[in-house]
Amino acid sequence: MFDGYTSSELMSIFAMQGFAGLSLFSVFVLMALGLAIIFGQMGVINMAHGEFMILGAYTTYLTSGFFQSYLPSLFGGYFFVAMVLAFLICAALGAFVEWLMIRRLYHRPLDTLLATWGLSLIMQQAYRSIFGAREVGVDLPEWMMGAIQVTDLVELPINGLFVMIIALSIAVGVYFLMYRSGYGKKVRAVVQNRPMAEAVGINSAGIDRATFALGCGIAGVAGAAFTMIGSTGPSSGQAYIVDTFLVVVFGGAQSLIGTIVSAFGISQAQSTMEFFLSGSMAKVLTLLVVVGILMLRPEGLMALKVRR
Amino acid sequence: MNSSSPLKWFATREGLYYVALAVLLVVLLPLALDPFRLNMVGKYLTYAFVAIGLVMCWGKAGILSLGQGVFFGLGGYCMAMFLKLEASTPEATAIQSTPGIPDFMDWNQLTELPWFWEPFHSFSFTLLAVIGVPVLLAFVIGFAMFTRRVGGVYFAIITQAIAAILTILIIGQQGYTGGVNGITDLQTLNGWDIRTDEARTILYFVCVGMLFLCLFVARLVQNRKLGRILVAMNAQENRVRFSGYDVAAFKIFVFCLAAAFAGVGGALFTLIVGFMSPSFIGIVASIEMVIFCALGGRLSILGAVYGALLVNAAKSGFSESFPELWPFAMGALFIGVVLAFPNGLAGLYQTYVMPLEDKIFKRNKGAKLEAKPAEKAAEPKPTAEKTPDYDPMIDSYSPEKS
Repeated sequence: MFDGYTSSELMSIFAMQGFAGLSLFSVFVLMALGLAIIFGQMGVINMAHGEFMILGAYTTYLTSGFFQSYLPSLFGGYFFVAMVLAFLICAALGAFVEWLMIRRLYHRPLDTLLATWGLSLIMQQAYRSIFGAREVGVDLPEWMMGAIQVTDLVELPINGLFVMIIALSIAVGVYFLMYRSGYGKKVRAVVQNRPMAEAVGINSAGIDRATFALGCGIAGVAGAAFTMIGSTGPSSGQAYIVDTFLVVVFGGAQSLIGTIVSAFGISQAQSTMEFFLSGSMAKVLTLLVVVGILMLRPEGLMALKVRR
Repeated sequence: MNSSSPLKWFATREGLYYVALAVLLVVLLPLALDPFRLNMVGKYLTYAFVAIGLVMCWGKAGILSLGQGVFFGLGGYCMAMFLKLEASTPEATAIQSTPGIPDFMDWNQLTELPWFWEPFHSFSFTLLAVIGVPVLLAFVIGFAMFTRRVGGVYFAIITQAIAAILTILIIGQQGYTGGVNGITDLQTLNGWDIRTDEARTILYFVCVGMLFLCLFVARLVQNRKLGRILVAMNAQENRVRFSGYDVAAFKIFVFCLAAAFAGVGGALFTLIVGFMSPSFIGIVASIEMVIFCALGGRLSILGAVYGALLVNAAKSGFSESFPELWPFAMGALFIGVVLAFPNGLAGLYQTYVMPLEDKIFKRNKGAKLEAKPAEKAAEPKPTAEKTPDYDPMIDSYSPEKS
């Protein structure tokens, strides 16, 4: 597939596709972080994660509309307001869902998967009824438009760069929350040994709810960031859910670093191959390789060393 | 039929449930419905094959596969490829630039038949492939994963990814597979026109016959030691392993069995509906198949049939009158089945209808047929009731795990 390209052309192609893959990477990281927290720490599969993300995206859409009509002078900063709102709304809904169904199903992980799938169907149809089936987009504030010229072949769009910065800062934030804070210590204690954690006075049910809400909140922020690089429709979330699950599983369920590494690997592989093959074949090949590796190494790239 | 005394078996309570299902499918529905509706019921029944497979695989052995659509689709595509080749004779496709190949290949500038289409000229090979291809794929997946002790949600996610891969592949390789439209315009099966009302009615009865065959195979498996090991594996995998059983082998077996059922269902689907497309394979279709099984009762092979019938009938009913409400109903069904009644209709039947039945059975031991009218709503899995003429070896078990 490399026939007919000189080596310098190949280098620029790889660089170009590599930068293009970075925006896919940002989406993967943003979605996968929330999932990794919920799945890795609690063992719960949240099939409605994509729909939480879309909720964040619609929140951003509504906020941008509100700023446009009532506060046009502050329009440049609406995104930050939207991000906070998206986090709060999604986290609140997440906590409610946890209270309503997830907490009854912790001992039945496969059933959680089905129940959250049902939730995702309901949420999707709700979006379709409220916002219509058409995709909606937001207007970017002026400072986010344009691109930075790196070399004469490679240019970086500012919105893509901004989304990547958000993704990485959330990743760093989650890392500090999980490994450097009192809350994170409690979460890890509950993951490692629930009865023992309860015995030393940790409110494990509260930790579960907070963790689920946090994961959903991050999905909301992901959705807010998603509006900067793409438009939002009722079923946009579902399009990414399988890829994101593979990202999380491939990275090793309880490893945040692994999640980021696998998001990077998968997005780069897909974007590079897209140049040489058709888009669908690139995706098929990437997924096949990931599934193949997972069959050979089910614990993922960076697994905790535990005895099974 | 598998019982040592077939006639007596039909008079037992379990036998009566099968008789009731047979009466419903063979007598009542064909009498009550016009050929079009009957054809639709036939379509729903093809999903029941998948649901029976899922009962064995998920309900009994605890392996949730979210990729049953893959096997359903593979079976269906094998059959569709045969029918398509039969429909694309050089005479029928004379206007194409390359006569004798399926029309969509011609549209995609293919000039000869791809190698993997060649064997599907043969009907016997097709019949073999309908079961063989899904079982082979299931074996490869199962062997790779179960020998490495991957299970639970990991297995579910990976099977779901496989469903996604196959769908993208079929849609992407339009020239070889017919793309998003699928393989359409199927006409005859060995010269017999499958589009007439008469043919569709016959196919419906073939479908019912195959369904009962699958039911009896599933019943055979569940009532032997094999079935009990599957259930034991679900509850306490390590204890089964420490007792000396090769857990992976049993899991591979049950996964392949489910794949075989799904493949048969898919092939019948193609015959009854007259086309096959990737939309019956994908993530959404595959996960819907799980709800057929879950609604009927994940431990009941008979319940699976009723679950498939009810969900699909409700789906067509809603889609005809309130299309926008169906996703809400479906979502509520998923959540409700999981939270409120995890044993599905069969569980409800066991809790509420069976005590009534017990009363009737006890009062008139001679007139067993009177219990029958109460059985229309939902059927349970074979009961644990001990009847004197039961061979203890094929006595049903009662699952303690919900």
